[in-house]
Amino acid sequence: MTPTEKRFASGGYLDRSQVLKFTFDGRQYEGFKGDTLAAALLANGVSLVGRSFKYHRPRGILSAGAEEPNALVTVGTGARREPNLPATMLELASGLEAASQNNWPSLRFDVQSVNSLFGPLLSSGFYYKTFMGPSRRAWMFYEHFIRKAAGLGKATTLPDPDVYDSRDDFTDVAVVGSGAAGLSAARAAAQAGARVLLIEQDFEIGGRLLSEPAGAAWLRAMRTELEEMANVRIMRRTTAFGLYDGNTLGLIEDADPFAGPVMAAARKTFTLLRAQSIVFATGAIERPMVFSNNDRPGVMLNSAIRTYVNRYAVLPDRNVVIATADDSAYLTAFDLLARGARVTIADARPLAEPTLLAKAKQMGAEVHLATNVADVKGKYTVTGVVLAGKSGTAGVSCDLVGMSAGWSPVLHLTSHQGVKPVYRPEIDAFVPGQLPETQFVAGGAGGSLSISAAVAEGASAGRAAAAVAGKVGVVAEAPALEIEETAGATTVYKPIFGQRKAFVDFQMDVTLDDIQLAHREGYESVEHLKRYTTLGMGTDQGKTSNINALKVMAKLRGISIPEAGTTTFRPPYTPVPIGAVAGRATGHHFRPYRLTPIHDWHTANRAQMLEVGLWMRPWFFEACGTDVNTAYVNEMRLVRSTAGIMDISTLGKIDIQGPDAAAFLDRVYANGFASLKVGRARYGVMLRDDGIVFDDGTTTRLGENRFFMTTSTAKAADVLSWLEFLLDTAWQDLRVSVSSVSDEWAGMSVAGPQSAKILAAAFPDIDFSNEALPHMGLAEGAFKDSPLRIIRLSYSGECAYEIYVGASNGENAWRDLIDVGAAYGLKPYGVEALGALRIEKGHVAGPEIDGRTTLSDLGMGRMVAKRSGYVGEALSHREAFQAANRQRLVGLKSIEPGKRLRGGALLFAPGEPLQGHGRGRMTSITYSPELDCYIGLGLLAADFKGDEVVASYPMKNEVVRARVVSPVFLDPAGERMHG
Amino acid sequence: MLRIDCPCCGVRDHSEFRYGGDATVERPAHDNPDLDSWYRYVYVRPNPKGLHREYWQHVLGCRQWLVVERDTVTHSIHSVSFSRRQRA
Ligand SMILES: [Zn+2]
Repeated sequence: MTPTEKRFASGGYLDRSQVLKFTFDGRQYEGFKGDTLAAALLANGVSLVGRSFKYHRPRGILSAGAEEPNALVTVGTGARREPNLPATMLELASGLEAASQNNWPSLRFDVQSVNSLFGPLLSSGFYYKTFMGPSRRAWMFYEHFIRKAAGLGKATTLPDPDVYDSRDDFTDVAVVGSGAAGLSAARAAAQAGARVLLIEQDFEIGGRLLSEPAGAAWLRAMRTELEEMANVRIMRRTTAFGLYDGNTLGLIEDADPFAGPVMAAARKTFTLLRAQSIVFATGAIERPMVFSNNDRPGVMLNSAIRTYVNRYAVLPDRNVVIATADDSAYLTAFDLLARGARVTIADARPLAEPTLLAKAKQMGAEVHLATNVADVKGKYTVTGVVLAGKSGTAGVSCDLVGMSAGWSPVLHLTSHQGVKPVYRPEIDAFVPGQLPETQFVAGGAGGSLSISAAVAEGASAGRAAAAVAGKVGVVAEAPALEIEETAGATTVYKPIFGQRKAFVDFQMDVTLDDIQLAHREGYESVEHLKRYTTLGMGTDQGKTSNINALKVMAKLRGISIPEAGTTTFRPPYTPVPIGAVAGRATGHHFRPYRLTPIHDWHTANRAQMLEVGLWMRPWFFEACGTDVNTAYVNEMRLVRSTAGIMDISTLGKIDIQGPDAAAFLDRVYANGFASLKVGRARYGVMLRDDGIVFDDGTTTRLGENRFFMTTSTAKAADVLSWLEFLLDTAWQDLRVSVSSVSDEWAGMSVAGPQSAKILAAAFPDIDFSNEALPHMGLAEGAFKDSPLRIIRLSYSGECAYEIYVGASNGENAWRDLIDVGAAYGLKPYGVEALGALRIEKGHVAGPEIDGRTTLSDLGMGRMVAKRSGYVGEALSHREAFQAANRQRLVGLKSIEPGKRLRGGALLFAPGEPLQGHGRGRMTSITYSPELDCYIGLGLLAADFKGDEVVASYPMKNEVVRARVVSPVFLDPAGERMHG
Repeated sequence: MLRIDCPCCGVRDHSEFRYGGDATVERPAHDNPDLDSWYRYVYVRPNPKGLHREYWQHVLGCRQWLVVERDTVTHSIHSVSFSRRQRA
C-alpha cells in the first residue's frame, strides 16, 4: 500500500484543514491535527519505529494508548530532549522532532542486534546473577558492555529551559477517564449538584468511544452537555498518575500545543487534587497473545487497529490476520472488512458466537476456529504467519497481524493505596478490590466491557459519588446509546509453551523462555520473577505484560492465576517529570529566604551574607576586611575595644502572659524563674523530657504576669510548639497564653566598652547609668511610633544592650545607632565574629547543644542543684548520664604556635594511637586576638587525666597539641560586662 | 495526603500540621521524680495496628494541639478534637 492509500479521505477525529509537518529520524512527514505521532507514522507507512531494550529487535507500534511498550521515541533536541515518550500518546504538533531509540548506526541496520545471536549472554537473570552473585568481578567485566548495549532513551544533561507549574485544586467529585462510563458519571454527579472535575489523559474526550463510529453522536451530545454545565470542569491532556491518602490525586497536565506561543506557559503542570469522592472510569487495556515473533513491526492489538481505522482514519495495512481469544476482535474485523481489507480470523477458541461468525463470513472473512498463530514471518515488516490448528499448520501471507487475549481493567490507581486486586475468572481479569466508601469504579475499570453497562454503571457511580459530597439532586436519564456489542472474553486464554522468541514483556524484552528459565531456577513468586527477569520493570510498568506473565507462571507451577499472585501497583501510572512536581520552586525559588527588617541596610553596606537556616544574616562586613578571616578578627577587636552593632532580629521571640506565667516558666526552664523580679532578665536553659538540653535564651519579666522570651534562631519554632503543647495537653490548669512575636520585633545588639555612651546618645530619654540599668536590667520606652525595649544582656562578655523595636522601625533605629555611634567608633559586625566572641567567653551554642548533651555535660549542673519540678528533671538523673567517661565541656588552647584548631577534630591523649573515636571532640573553634592563638570549646571524657590533648583532624591529616583549660578564656569574673 | 478536619479551621492538608506523637500516654505530674514513670512516658510505645489517638498541632493555622484518631492501617481519620477539650 502507498501512504496515500492508507489514509481515508473522510472520517475520524481529524482536522484535515490543519496539515502538520513533523520529522522522524530526520525525515519530514505530514499529518493532521488530531493525530498522534503513532497514527501519523502509520499513515505515512512507517511501521518500524524503534529497537528493543535488550536484544535490539526491530519494533513497531503495538497499541494506541498509554500502555505502549514498543514505540518509545525521543522528542526534541539539545536541552529540550525528552526520551521514552510513547508515540501513541504524543499529540502531533507542527515542527515536532522525534527520533527512534536504541539504534546505532541506524534504525534499519543496528550493530547491537547481534545481541539476538548471543542470546544466552543476556539471558534472563543475567543482571540478577551479575549483581547478586558471589563475586562482583562479573559486573566489573560486563559493565562496559551492558552500559553500551542496553538502556532506554538518553535524557539530556543540560539544564531544563522550560517552565513548569504546580498547583493545588479541590473538587467534590473527581472522575478519572472520559469514556462512556466517565462521561455518564460526570453528568450524573453534576446533575446531582456536585462540583465535578473530569480528567482525561488524551487530548480528546471520549476514550474508547472515539473508536466506535456508532457512538459518535452520543459522545458529541454528552460532551456538549458537560461543557455547558457551570459546575463541571474538564481537564484534557491530564494524567491522574497517583492516588494518595485522603482522596488526593496527583495530576500531570501537558500544555496544549495548539494554544499559541505564550512564552511563560508551563510545558507541564502538576496538580495536587483533593476530591471528596472519586469515580475511577479508567477503562481496560487489551492484552497481547504470546506467540513466536509476536513483537515484529506490524503485529498490533486488535483494539488498536480499530482505533487507528476509526479515530485516525488510517488503514495500517490491507492483508490482515486477526488472532483472537475474545469476541471483541470481530468488531475490528468488521471495520477492516468494511474498509476493503482482506481478513483471516484465527480464533483460538473451539466455538465462537454464531452471529459474529455468520457476519464475519458474510462480509468475506475467512475464519479458522481452534486455531492459533504459531509464528510470524518477516523481520522489519510482517510478510505472513504460520497458523496452527487441529489439522496441522499452514502459512498465510499477510502484512498486518492483530491479536486479542482478553482485557485488563486499568486498576492501577485503585491499588495505589494498598487495595489488592481480585481475580474474576468469568472475565479472566483482575478487578479492583473493596474500595473505601468514597471511591467508585465504573465501566471497563471494574471489568464491565460492554458500553451500555459502562453508561449505567457510570450514572450510578456518579450519583453515589455526589452523595458522598452531600449532593443528591435529581438526575435525569442519560440519552440512550445504541451500539454493537460483544460479550468479551468467554474463555481463559492460555499461552502455548514451546514457542521461541515469544515475548511476554515487550519493553523489557522478556520471553516465554525467560520465564520458564526463571521457574527452573526456582524463582517462583511473582516478585522474584520480576526481579529475576526484569519483567514489568519498564517505564510502562508492564501494563500489557503482567497478566500474561502470571498466566505463564500459574501454568508452570500448576496453580490458579490468583494463586500465582497479583501485582500491586505504585505511582506513577505513567512517568512524571521531576521538573513538573517542583513547579517554580527551582534555583532561587527552591526554598524561601527569611529577611530581617534591617536586611536592605546590610546589603547596601557591603555585608557578605550567610544562609543560616532559612535566614539571611550578615556573615561579616567588608568595612573590617574583604575576606572573612581578616574581617571577623577585626570585628572582634572592635567589640572588645570600642563597640559593634549586630542584627539579632532572627532570635525567636515569644510573649508569655497570664496569672500562672511565672509558675509555667519555672517548670519549662531547668533553672528557676519564679523569683525573677519585674524589670529583670535571666538566662535560662530548657531540657527535653529525656533530660537532654533543648535550647537556651533569656527571658525578661515585663510585669507581674508578663514575660518576653527569646530563643535561639534555630529552635524558635520548636520552642513555641513545645510551650503550646504543654499548655494544651498536660498543663491545662495553668492560666497562661503564649504567642510568637518574632516577626513583630526587630532586634539589634550593641556591645563593647562604648556601648552605654552610644545608647545614651541615641535614646536620650532613657537613663543608661549602671544604677538605673544594671546588667540584666530592662528599660522600656518608645522609638518614633514603635515601642522600645532595651535589655542589658551580654553574649560577647562586654557591656552590651539588646535593643528591640517594632519591626517597621527596625532599620530606622539601626540607622540612628550607626549615625550616632560613628563618633564613638561603632561599626556593624556579623555572625562569624559573634560566634568567635562567645567562644572566648565559653558560652555554649548549637555545636555544644547538639541534642546529646546534658546540663552537667555543659558545666551548668549547679544551676539546678537545689531545684525540682522542671521538665526533664527525672530522666536527667539516669545512670548513663552520670558515667565516669561522660564527655564534658572544656576549653582547648593550641600550644603549637601558628597551628590552627579545627571544629570536629577528635581528641586523644598524648602518645595514644590516633584511632577510633578518641576521648572527645572539638565542637567550636576560633582565632582569639586577645590570646593571639587558636582556641576552642570541646567535649572531653570527664575521666581523662592530664592537661594536654592531641587534636586529630584526619580529613586534612592535621595533628595539633592543645592544652585543656577552663572554657572561659576571657574575664572569668565578668568585670567587663558589669561595667 | 492526610486531610485533617481541624475543629477550628476546617479540612486541611497534613502538611499544615506538626505531628506530636502518641496521645494515649499519660504525662506524669511535673513534680513527679519517679524515673520509671518518666521512662515509660518518654520511651515505651505499643505501636498498635488500627485506630490510634495521636497529637497533631495545626502550626500553619490556629496553632491548636489536636487529638486525631487515625487508623494506622488505612490512614483514614475517624475523629479530630481539641486536646484541651479532651481533658479539661
Ligand atoms: Zn486549625
